Amino acid sequence: MDQATLGLLLYVLGLANLAAIYAVMALGLNLNWGVTGLFNAGVAGFFAVGAYTSVILTAPDSPHFLGGFDLPLPVGMVAAMLVSGLIALAIGAATIRLRSDYLAIGTIGIAEILRLVLKNEEWLTNGVRGITTIPRPFVAETALVSELSYLAMTLAILLVLYVLLEAALNSPWGRMMRAIRDSETTAAAAGKNVDARRLEAFVLGSMLMGLGGALFAHYLRYIGPEATEPVTTTFLVWVMLIAGGSGNNRGAILGAFVIWTIWSATELLTRQLPPEWAVRASYLRIFLIGLLLQVVLQRYSRGLLPERNPAERGATGPQDRTL
Amino acid sequence: MLEFVNLYLVNGIVLGCVYALGAIGITMIFGILRFGHFAHGDMMTAGAYIALALVWASGMPVLWVLPAAMLLTAALGAGLHWAFYRPLDTGTGSTIVIVIASFGVALMLRSAVQLFFGVDITTYQRGFQTPIWIADTIRILPRHLWIIGLTIALVVALHLFLTRSRLGKAMRAMSDNRALARISGIGTMRVVLAAWAVGGALAAAGGVFLGIDTQLSTQMGWNLLLPMFAAAVLGGIGNPVGAALGALVVGVAEELVTFPWFGEPLLSPAYKSAVSFAILVALLVWRPTGLTRGRVF
Repeated sequence: MDQATLGLLLYVLGLANLAAIYAVMALGLNLNWGVTGLFNAGVAGFFAVGAYTSVILTAPDSPHFLGGFDLPLPVGMVAAMLVSGLIALAIGAATIRLRSDYLAIGTIGIAEILRLVLKNEEWLTNGVRGITTIPRPFVAETALVSELSYLAMTLAILLVLYVLLEAALNSPWGRMMRAIRDSETTAAAAGKNVDARRLEAFVLGSMLMGLGGALFAHYLRYIGPEATEPVTTTFLVWVMLIAGGSGNNRGAILGAFVIWTIWSATELLTRQLPPEWAVRASYLRIFLIGLLLQVVLQRYSRGLLPERNPAERGATGPQDRTL
Repeated sequence: MLEFVNLYLVNGIVLGCVYALGAIGITMIFGILRFGHFAHGDMMTAGAYIALALVWASGMPVLWVLPAAMLLTAALGAGLHWAFYRPLDTGTGSTIVIVIASFGVALMLRSAVQLFFGVDITTYQRGFQTPIWIADTIRILPRHLWIIGLTIALVVALHLFLTRSRLGKAMRAMSDNRALARISGIGTMRVVLAAWAVGGALAAAGGVFLGIDTQLSTQMGWNLLLPMFAAAVLGGIGNPVGAALGALVVGVAEELVTFPWFGEPLLSPAYKSAVSFAILVALLVWRPTGLTRGRVF
């Protein structure tokens, strides 16, 4: 294999790795928004908490941040999910019974507080300089094997999550969640504990975002407070879910791959520009991704793979697809 | 004690004025259109930079171009509604999709400002103001006097508009009960546009005042969002004067926690914005109706 092909292959593998990580988060957001109708505007906060939790638990000892626990990676990932879930539990308990707008501002708030903590508590996180001594699993002799092994791991995690979530959504639990989303009053009248179920979905979805953060940090082997920047994390995940088809797990995964490819491809394009334009073009990219969201919301609000009613899934033939 | 007034209380009041001008728009839009407008902070950024462009173009001091910046931002608000929010209003009362859209609009506004003005921090005019003394005890910067005075004037004017003019009364009616207002013959479109125009104009004033007080940065508006929502909830959603008072409380509270009450600041200034978050969460848990016992949506 010559150098150019290898370079391209590594680029595609890197793209797939990050897209798969974003897909984990999109699945989490789908559980929040797509299935239960909860507006989580703090994806970046849960992502960052997951990333830092796993990094601190698994990194070698360092004078620059809290570390030296040297725990195995799976422990870090599980802890990442637990800590994200606990934070979601706290903020959700306060705001889940109110209108979605309040949950949105509450999650923006928690993301903002987490950003301040991660930036200012140098003893914990090495502050704005970030952490660079993050262990990465499956590092092999060649970059190709390393990339492939990591991708195998993220895809395996993604597959397990997909199977579990599909099973959950097709179960009575999933139907109840959709019922709550579509009509809170009816669900409550049918005796469902709306607030408790919502809190469940909120915590579980946020845990997946924490897991995404852990996968991200161990893949890039770097994490800094800019990870909490709402643009690249919260917003991209939202666009992924809505463009892919909220309510549909496959849609969330497809959306993650499609949007991440577009996002990365436009970055390649802007890199070709002369430096004085390249900086401006990066803002144009953000502007256009914002515009893309508006177009999707107004014209293609069901996304690439629209949500399907479980009753329809069992049905055969297109004549039943009228709902 | 004087150190406290001059270095902390005045700053807190000025900050409260900036929050007030944004929180009024947020609470009005929430009341009339029933959604949290997450692009409001970035609309303030846009207003501040529109004023900067006008200063560059005309060479006049920023307070002279303020009315023009307010008009342009009012038009921007109405334009945002027409292009991005109205198409998503299904009329069924479900507005959460509009909240998502406003999140995207926030990003678009900010990146548009970054595209045209770059990300470097800038100011309207360089220079140093000497403080003036009031009654030989209170030391205050002229720009702080301007900000406080103009904010009071704007809030009083808004209050008169809402309580005396037909359009203002229609806006309050719409905020109280949309269906009832509509069957009484109040035109929805006029009221909605008025809300965006007033909200946009005040947002521009808030953005410009923050720019005068400190500096202009493309992140400035986004960072205001949390305290402004806290102020709107504190004052009771849909109550503009309540939001202004709530903003004053939040602004002063943020400064007070950094005052060395017991030799050390209660909270490191880096965590100032945690104060508005704490206020917000406490309100949502114990009193979502706000201090004035308004409504909860």
